[in-house]
Amino acid sequence: MPYIPHTPEQTQEMLKVVGVASLEALFQDIPASMRPRSFNLPDGMSEHAVCARLEELARANKTDVISFLGGGFYDHHIPAIVDALSSRGEFLTAYTPYQAEASQGSLQAIFEYQTAVCRLLDMDCANASVYDGGSALFEACMMAVRATKRSRLVVDECLSPIYRTMLATYTTNLQLELVTVPHGGGVSNVQALVDAMDDRTAAMVVQNPTFFGTIHDYTALFAQAKAKGVVSVLAAYPVLQSILKTPGQMGADVAVAEGQSLGLPLSFGGPYLGIMTCSRDLVRQMPGRIVGRTVDHQGRTGYVLTLQAREQHIRRAKATSNICSNQALCAFRAYVTLCVLGPQGLARMAEDAVDKAHYAATRLAALPGVRLLADAPFGNEFAVVLPKNAHEVVDKCASRGLVPGFPLGGYYAGMEHVLLVACTEKTSREQIGHLAEMVGGML
Amino acid sequence: MRTIFAKSVPGRAGTLPDAPAAPAAAHLPQDLLRPAAPRLPEVSELDVMRHVSELSRRNFGVDTNFYPLGSCTMKYNPRFMEYVASLDGFTKLHPLMAQLRGAGHFTQGALEVLYETERLLCEITGMAAFTLHPMAGAHGELTGVMCIAAYHRDKGNHKTKVICPDSAHGTNPATAALAGYDVVNIASVDGMIDPEHLENALDDDVAAVMMTCPNTLGLFEHHLDRIVALTHAKDALLYYDGANLNAILGKMRVGDVGFDVVHLNLHKTFATPHGAGGPGAGPVGVAERLAPFLPISRVVKLKDGRFFLDYDYPKSIGYMAPFYGNFGVVLKAYAYILRQGREGLTRVSEYAVLNANYMRKRLESHVEIPYDRICMHEFVASAVAQAKRGVKALDVAKALLDKGHHAPTVYFPLIVKECLMFEPTETESRETLDRFVDDLIDILTLAESDPAALQHAPHTTPVGRLDETKAARDMILTDDA
Repeated sequence: MPYIPHTPEQTQEMLKVVGVASLEALFQDIPASMRPRSFNLPDGMSEHAVCARLEELARANKTDVISFLGGGFYDHHIPAIVDALSSRGEFLTAYTPYQAEASQGSLQAIFEYQTAVCRLLDMDCANASVYDGGSALFEACMMAVRATKRSRLVVDECLSPIYRTMLATYTTNLQLELVTVPHGGGVSNVQALVDAMDDRTAAMVVQNPTFFGTIHDYTALFAQAKAKGVVSVLAAYPVLQSILKTPGQMGADVAVAEGQSLGLPLSFGGPYLGIMTCSRDLVRQMPGRIVGRTVDHQGRTGYVLTLQAREQHIRRAKATSNICSNQALCAFRAYVTLCVLGPQGLARMAEDAVDKAHYAATRLAALPGVRLLADAPFGNEFAVVLPKNAHEVVDKCASRGLVPGFPLGGYYAGMEHVLLVACTEKTSREQIGHLAEMVGGML
Repeated sequence: MRTIFAKSVPGRAGTLPDAPAAPAAAHLPQDLLRPAAPRLPEVSELDVMRHVSELSRRNFGVDTNFYPLGSCTMKYNPRFMEYVASLDGFTKLHPLMAQLRGAGHFTQGALEVLYETERLLCEITGMAAFTLHPMAGAHGELTGVMCIAAYHRDKGNHKTKVICPDSAHGTNPATAALAGYDVVNIASVDGMIDPEHLENALDDDVAAVMMTCPNTLGLFEHHLDRIVALTHAKDALLYYDGANLNAILGKMRVGDVGFDVVHLNLHKTFATPHGAGGPGAGPVGVAERLAPFLPISRVVKLKDGRFFLDYDYPKSIGYMAPFYGNFGVVLKAYAYILRQGREGLTRVSEYAVLNANYMRKRLESHVEIPYDRICMHEFVASAVAQAKRGVKALDVAKALLDKGHHAPTVYFPLIVKECLMFEPTETESRETLDRFVDDLIDILTLAESDPAALQHAPHTTPVGRLDETKAARDMILTDDA
């Protein structure tokens, strides 16, 4: 019986204390008619056998390829200390810190995480995380809906199509109008975004860098939004945020981010991290757990979950959200990553990735018939237009061990020839050379 | 304890990556760049190690303390699960890789894990189909209720309400609201859903009834078959909150008895760690008639044995997750299920229920047990008698911290006054249970002789009871506030 410590003698003694003859007798409340029709599971396996089976499955994935995949999810280096600290049982096996006196470690770590992400995004307040960047964006929109009592969401088509499809799903039953403003060739069409706002608009939602990798300054757009009583929501990229003009500087009311780039492995899509921050006047609209600093009866500084009247376990049907479990350990990993890299380390990571992406863009754009989609500033990711179907190029390259990027035809109509290419600080110039040669050979 | 920001020394560096060949300003106009670096801590790697290690000593976890936390199933988290989730073949896999047509063979191992986990969860629960996309229990609830909404819409039903019993987890009514429904609460009678109350509340506008079984008092619902029949008679669907699945593995399958939708908490029943609040995973299982509405993508096994992601489900509710859910968490649960097998999972529930009943029996002469009969995996006590002498449930909980035990869940469910809710789980030994019960009896004895001694507990923790009113009023949410 794995992980069950009872000896047969103890089992019998305990049954006697309870006053039943057998373990089965404990289930007498479940009538025979409700017993399982089947429970046809395999026999249990030893730890060794399970590990061997999972090792075999892990080998059935091919990860020793050169990859330029990004799309909002990036292969940055994870400092070894992140795994070392996040595997400590005191954090790994702790429960949600409702019992504050027994959870000061987790609570202070979350408080410091909130501080770090607020400083990175230049915002006032953060929560202790939501599931991922997409759910953070949805929650940001709901904050805007509650704050403005309006029901229209204006979304830039440059916003990740992954997030836009999630937004469409999440708002299905909520009587909200989702308006998507077409992109202007890989960049935001700011004038169209301004024009799309009316007096029913709750939120203006943009992303920087955009899904196409292009970089914007949305200050003027957000000023227009403010004038129209619209809440500005910006989706950011934490690593690049160490060098880019901040959401706070631009005047965003809510800034969210996918935190995967901060110490979380790609891990086939999760667990990731929804970073949520906002201006102080919106904090009571923010969902999820929030840690605050206070004192105990002796005046000692301590930390607690605060403003809980917003949450489902208190407010039930009237809560700001139904969220309960969040991504606390992922936030913890991001926190350790931000601390150990520091401002200098994070900026180096960002600048190196940006530099390599520009080298890659130069190499690819030099190929015959290849051009950059947008003539605009970009960060560590960019879109190129190929003279032929990008899916075909990717297929051919992939079969030779190099994934040159992500083809956008499935996400944007008319973009069958467009390839989205990402670099990180881990990308080498040699790999970029292979990329250019291989793609060049396919054209 | 000072914050890491207070320990920052300007110019000190941690683990630095290589310097870039050219600065950002070489590629980007100045007005797109931030004028000053973010004020992250400037500390060495050793500073971080010492600081966070010190934080770790100010925390309880299952690894260090018994956690009889009702409704939360804080069982031991076996470490081989961490090992399998850390294998390079999984951690280095980019989720978009599976969406490249020609590179589908790059992700066959991961897709097989998803496919097999869904299949195993179907067999465990008796449901027809599963999605692994939901990233937590409440997220699973939302997914499940959205499937219900889509089902009714597809049938042309106009339904506006969801019924939740008053003993339900707070997430249930919050979820129903987020899916656009009005919430109708019904009162329990003797800890059970009362079929009369249910029948009165069930009109043609009801889309679903959300419940859990055993309920949040740890009791098996006596009228389950009537509840199923009444609900289905109105073309409403029955939702099962899987928070309490640890009680019934191998003893009842929710699909067999008529539930239409179920979410599971992999971080409860299937032993993946809670991580101080997450990440969890909340897979959702549905009956056959709801399968067309599950989120996309779905993993399909082809005749030749290969796996692929299928997006062609026109009735699907759409995308709940950026990709395929919290894959790293799913991996751990898959490994746990393989390790336990049929026999092991059945034992899990048998011993979880044995431990709960053993604790209940040992406590019944010392504290009020409002429903003192054979319970399932958890039970509730009431400190009403102690409260009359000035020792509330919260005081008992805090005093337990001083004895080195995590507190039970307190003040939930809401229908029991001064409620203490105990769920020991199967992984705790008789010795641990005895030590806990002895300590709790000591506390209850002290509550009679010297109630004042308990009102300021805990004393042994890094801080005493914290001023929550001040926290909410001051709103110091960062080191800068």
